[in-house]
Amino acid sequence: MANKKNQKLTPTQQEYQKLAKKAEPPRPVLANCLRAFLAGGTICLIGQAVQTAFIKWGGFNKQNAGNPTVAVMIILSTILTCLGVYDKIAQWAGAGSAVPVTGFANTMSSSALEHKSEGMVYGVGGRMFEVAGPVIVYGTVAAFIIGILHWLFNPSIGGGF
Amino acid sequence: MLKGSQTWVFENKPTIISAATVVGPFEGQGPLADDFDVIHEELLIGQDSWEKAEKALVEEAGELAIKKAGLSKEDINFYIGGDLMNQIISNSFAARTLGIPYIGIFGACSTSMESLALAALMVNSNAANYVLASACSHNAGAEKQFRYPTEYGSQKPPTAQFTVTGAGSAVVAKGGKGPKITSATIGRVVDMGLKDPFNMGAAMAPAALDTIRAHLREMELQPDYYDLIVTGDLSKVGYAIALELFEKHDLPIKKDKYVDCGMLIYDYDKQEVFAGGSGCACSAVVTYGHLLKRLQKGEFNRILAVATGALMSPLSFQQGESIPCIAHAVALERGEG
Repeated sequence: MANKKNQKLTPTQQEYQKLAKKAEPPRPVLANCLRAFLAGGTICLIGQAVQTAFIKWGGFNKQNAGNPTVAVMIILSTILTCLGVYDKIAQWAGAGSAVPVTGFANTMSSSALEHKSEGMVYGVGGRMFEVAGPVIVYGTVAAFIIGILHWLFNPSIGGGF
Repeated sequence: MLKGSQTWVFENKPTIISAATVVGPFEGQGPLADDFDVIHEELLIGQDSWEKAEKALVEEAGELAIKKAGLSKEDINFYIGGDLMNQIISNSFAARTLGIPYIGIFGACSTSMESLALAALMVNSNAANYVLASACSHNAGAEKQFRYPTEYGSQKPPTAQFTVTGAGSAVVAKGGKGPKITSATIGRVVDMGLKDPFNMGAAMAPAALDTIRAHLREMELQPDYYDLIVTGDLSKVGYAIALELFEKHDLPIKKDKYVDCGMLIYDYDKQEVFAGGSGCACSAVVTYGHLLKRLQKGEFNRILAVATGALMSPLSFQQGESIPCIAHAVALERGEG
């Protein structure tokens, strides 16, 4: 109810919001896109180098080199988070550091670090998924829907219509 | 006493006989570093959590203010304080240590002037001889409670503000040396329907305007009566809007006589603070540390300090509520000493 009421703004509020909008410094969208591209690309380049190294020297092949690569990227991101560097990179990089697997590792480790003061069970254990939780929930939901679509449209599994 | 409908005139001139400010490392790198009593080298203040660190700050500021006044804890009748933490734990826990009869208040970032106004009211009406007024905030503590974990990598927009780590305390007494509190105006809650928690300056500016207008109207004063009008934490964005609002409402308040604590405390060129500082400590440490010193030095005779607060919670924001804002004004005059 309160929400709906709020949506009906008085003329004074509307007028003020126009004024406030005008005073708002714009987000540097173009620069942010460029930075995200560069930072995201750099992270992926590092990931690719790690994967190639695993294939070349680690005895892995193209199919199974993914898992150790992701593990290395998660560890790197967690170390940078613990050193207090990842959030500074993110302020510059924006979406570039949020999207890859390193961003996900950062959400988990930063939440765990932050809530360490509330104990290992309720703090670290309970709050670790505070930020990452929605990603897991809706990632699973999306995977479920895609799975059904895959079943429906793949002639060799489901109906194939 | 009551003048108009929301202003108190203090005819007995309650006096700020001492004030103390304690800040974190980042504030110690700012342009006002010399004005603060204690600058801590690390953000945790020797504690093991942000919440405990914030409590340590306000404890230290309170104890120091009492010491500077040449008093002991037993001499203080009441302690009025507040902060941004849930259930105002920083001040309540500090009150446990100090052992002074305590009134906990919540006015978000307007707490500094809210507590000072109440302290002056008590002293002026003979309800107390000495009152300690405190406000504090902690950057990481506020981030943790209102936004994301401190180490979480999220990009902030240019309208965002940086919560000040620090605490400011003042001892208000019936007489003595120090700045006089001449009047105070308690603000109404103003909500312009803004919902962006990363643009609090814009949300709070109309509350500052409302209180300043009410103060001038009820005191029958022109803005130039004050040598300086200072808002709490509107920062760059809110400051520009406030100037525009003053003009729109025919209030002759110009740039040279109007400042904002959130713009004074940090160096925009060297420190990445987006639009500027915010938090309960912002107006507290700048007013008690910096402005009172300038007032007593004779740079100004009269200051109107208007602390602004955004009265939202992380929950109200997630439920889609807009941000209700408030501002309280306290008029300060140079006293002897």
